[in-house]
Amino acid sequence: MSIDTGNWEVVIGLEIHAQLATRSKIFSGASTAYGAEPNTQTSVVDIALPGVLPVLNKEAVHMAVKFGMAIDAEVADRSVFARKNYFYPDLPKGYQISQFDLPIVGMGHINIELENGDSKRIGVTRAHLEEDAGKSLHEDFAGMTGIDLNRAGTPLLEIVSEPDMRSAREAVAYMKKIHTLVQYIGICDGNMQEGSFRCDANVSIRPKGQQEFGTRTELKNINSFRFVERAINVEIERQIDLIEDGGDVVQETRLYDSVKNETRSMRSKEEANDYRYFPDPDLLPVVVTEEYRQQVKAELPELPEQKQQRYVDEFGLSAYDAGVITSSLAMSAYFETVVDKTGDAKLSANWVSGGLSALLNREEIEIADSPVDAEALSDLLMRIKDNTISGKIAKDVLEAMWNGEGSADDIIEKKGLKQITDTGAIEAFVDEVIANNPSQFEELKGGKDKMMGFFVGQVMKMSKGKANPAQVNELIREKMKS
Amino acid sequence: MSMYHTKSITELSAMLQAGEVSSVELTSYFLDRIKSCDEKLNSFITVCEEQAMKAAEAADERLRAGDAPALTGVPIAHKDIFCTDGVKTSCASKMLDNFISPYDATVVRKMHEAGVVMLGKTNMDEFAMGSSNETSYYGAVKNPWDLNRVPGGSSGGSAAAVGARIAPAATGTDTGGSIRQPAALCGITGLKPTYGRVSRFGMIAFASSLDQAGPMGQSASDCALLLNAMAGFDEKDSTSIEKDVPDYSADLDKPLDGLRIGLPKEYFEHKDGGMDAEVEALTKAALEQYVALGAELVDIELPNSNLSVPVYYVVAPAECSANLSRFDGVRYGHRCEDPKDLNDLYTRSRGEGFGSEVQRRIMVGTYALSSGYYDAYYLKAQQLRHLISDDFKKAYEKVDVIMAPTTPETAFNIGDKSDDPISMYLSDIFTIAVNLAGIPAMSVPVGFANGMPVGMQIMGNYFEEARLLNVAHKYQQVTDWHRQLPEEFK
Repeated sequence: MSIDTGNWEVVIGLEIHAQLATRSKIFSGASTAYGAEPNTQTSVVDIALPGVLPVLNKEAVHMAVKFGMAIDAEVADRSVFARKNYFYPDLPKGYQISQFDLPIVGMGHINIELENGDSKRIGVTRAHLEEDAGKSLHEDFAGMTGIDLNRAGTPLLEIVSEPDMRSAREAVAYMKKIHTLVQYIGICDGNMQEGSFRCDANVSIRPKGQQEFGTRTELKNINSFRFVERAINVEIERQIDLIEDGGDVVQETRLYDSVKNETRSMRSKEEANDYRYFPDPDLLPVVVTEEYRQQVKAELPELPEQKQQRYVDEFGLSAYDAGVITSSLAMSAYFETVVDKTGDAKLSANWVSGGLSALLNREEIEIADSPVDAEALSDLLMRIKDNTISGKIAKDVLEAMWNGEGSADDIIEKKGLKQITDTGAIEAFVDEVIANNPSQFEELKGGKDKMMGFFVGQVMKMSKGKANPAQVNELIREKMKS
Repeated sequence: MSMYHTKSITELSAMLQAGEVSSVELTSYFLDRIKSCDEKLNSFITVCEEQAMKAAEAADERLRAGDAPALTGVPIAHKDIFCTDGVKTSCASKMLDNFISPYDATVVRKMHEAGVVMLGKTNMDEFAMGSSNETSYYGAVKNPWDLNRVPGGSSGGSAAAVGARIAPAATGTDTGGSIRQPAALCGITGLKPTYGRVSRFGMIAFASSLDQAGPMGQSASDCALLLNAMAGFDEKDSTSIEKDVPDYSADLDKPLDGLRIGLPKEYFEHKDGGMDAEVEALTKAALEQYVALGAELVDIELPNSNLSVPVYYVVAPAECSANLSRFDGVRYGHRCEDPKDLNDLYTRSRGEGFGSEVQRRIMVGTYALSSGYYDAYYLKAQQLRHLISDDFKKAYEKVDVIMAPTTPETAFNIGDKSDDPISMYLSDIFTIAVNLAGIPAMSVPVGFANGMPVGMQIMGNYFEEARLLNVAHKYQQVTDWHRQLPEEFK
């Protein structure tokens, strides 16, 4: 969905919260595993008993530095944790430990691909470490609020972009890029349903050509790629309508309602908290040496753009196919398994980025949850390669596999889809089609090559798609000579 | 009847090790003494009779088995700011009147491992905010030398209990003088270690960058024994320092020949600011004693010391305003009756749970950190703090220790300053700079003015606790001020 903004230019910046995949919390030894019974994964530190102190989880720092190195950012020699003060029941200390004026990751960048095929560099202003809050549960407790502090203290990396995006599409492309990257480098599981990867968007508009930014609004907690695009677009439209009707955009925080597809005001700038940031005296500054930076850089796995280039060079894939496949680490792993089994990179790429992706998109599921795993798809592709079935039949077989009807071989057997390679049988179909269409056959023989398609098509139809198309072609050509 | 209360823990420890007394005897002796005397003092919030007797039995077992650490079986009291597993930990606040800690502070754990028997938890100023022990939810503590006077604060309960010898020793904490000032006013010996020397884990935070736990005892030798058990790196406190802990008892007797004692002129020129003439005279007498012991006196300058009180009263409230946010009535502690909504829950729970001095400091700190004021107050205060530290660093290039009175005057009457916060804050004028710089300092008794004890402060360079203890101990070898007991508690 893209919208017409007329004479307005849209300016978007994103703040992404990625939960870091450490086993324990950022300032305590409690587990970060998702989905446990409320308040069972909390230590005395997480519930902020009197007298407790935070101790920084080294792995969280390691992951933040990894991210910094992966986006070519300035990783600070010295960064400082600060207290962000506000009262809320799911914030046990009454302040969140975050980073303020001295974040661990400074200016970096990442490239996104535009629809016209161009690449655009998006600046990442900073990324800082902080702790997640707990959850307030408003259902299930008549007139009361339940507090679950399992999530309190889960490490977050807040990744703040420059206001470099000019459409909702670009914002989503950027968010997807970051989503892919954090999974590649193993610092976040990227699970948006569980809230491991969340996003706030700052949106403003200005007349095309104007340098100065318009007043922005902040859209909170938009937790799927689709909703990000929709929320931003609906907010852009709201701002354009507002200004064109002579009104002014008010700086405020707005909440996106995905059911009504609208944004509504949460709190204005005046109502905003004064967070009274100050350096947390319980924690020492985080010192990162050049040696450590280089060590972390050397540890980095192959990054998405590097992998994409390798697929082009090594497997001869198109940049597009390589881009689709490398957009998720799970998909590229899937692809590499299929290549390994079939020995045919192009066929594998066609099926992973084509038929399989279409099904995944249709059902809106991740490749990790695909009912057809890499081995099963490889078996199917092997039946194409050994001429047991045609590509067209293979699509039907894949659909059946997807629906749980069995392995590729079972389905081919059960449904009698095996390709006819018996020359005698195919010749009988060819003879029959020629007999039924004598004048067309004359035209073909007379040099009207287009008629070839007609004859092959008729034979395939008669054989219910099972005749080997190459053999059909060959037999028709033989008949033309006789 | 044995007079165990006239013995220092150095002596009691030797007696326990030699089998001359059992921990059970000692513990019940002091529990009885608390029962009979503490009504006058109000120095304990909680007495742990049953637990103490059990611990004493275990200590005796350990002593019989041999190879028990030096403090095994010695009964002491903990300031009620330290979390104690299974025991009420109130910080002298209504807010935590119902709070039973599920864990031990590192200091408490280490003391326990050293074999110490906990008699109970001592009274203090609410959340350690005060200099007179009048802000406690459990009522004012009385000075054992004159029950109409304050014992000082915030570790007033610990100081009074040790001063009256109803506990042979106690732990305290010191954010702006809270060990040294009450030690001086109650005639005992107290040590605030270098910031980071003793773990803060489990010690309820007032001002995190200033708070430090330390021993309060009858002598420097007692403090050395206690510090041996308390000090050391703790992985649960990121600000504790990974540095070997020396045996603080080892060098107590080292001669003081050639010791250079710095006398900051700013502290001695403070007559207009309320320095009592007798306090000054006693301090000078103590200094002469040091000269007799082989030390030399050197005039020094701490030019930024006049900034200490204002800097402290920005930094400490700012940190406390955040540290005390966790007391919100949600998870533990005081919760108001029938809150209407979330805001009501917060405002009434905190309004009812905190006393007025605590509320005052939260408000001051909140203001100092507010947007638009942060640079002018908090940031400026932190910058000035560096200047104050630099003064000390420069001074220690010339001298080994710095001496000055601990307080400008002796204990004042209960109620005298409670309505005048500024005058109350100024009673810490000589102690605050030490916390801002993070250096160690002691207070030792140097005599009596009008029957009330006077303390002298000995300040050292970072991690020079052993030196301080040595300097204090040598003085105590040739004087007996520290061995005096109030008439009422003899």
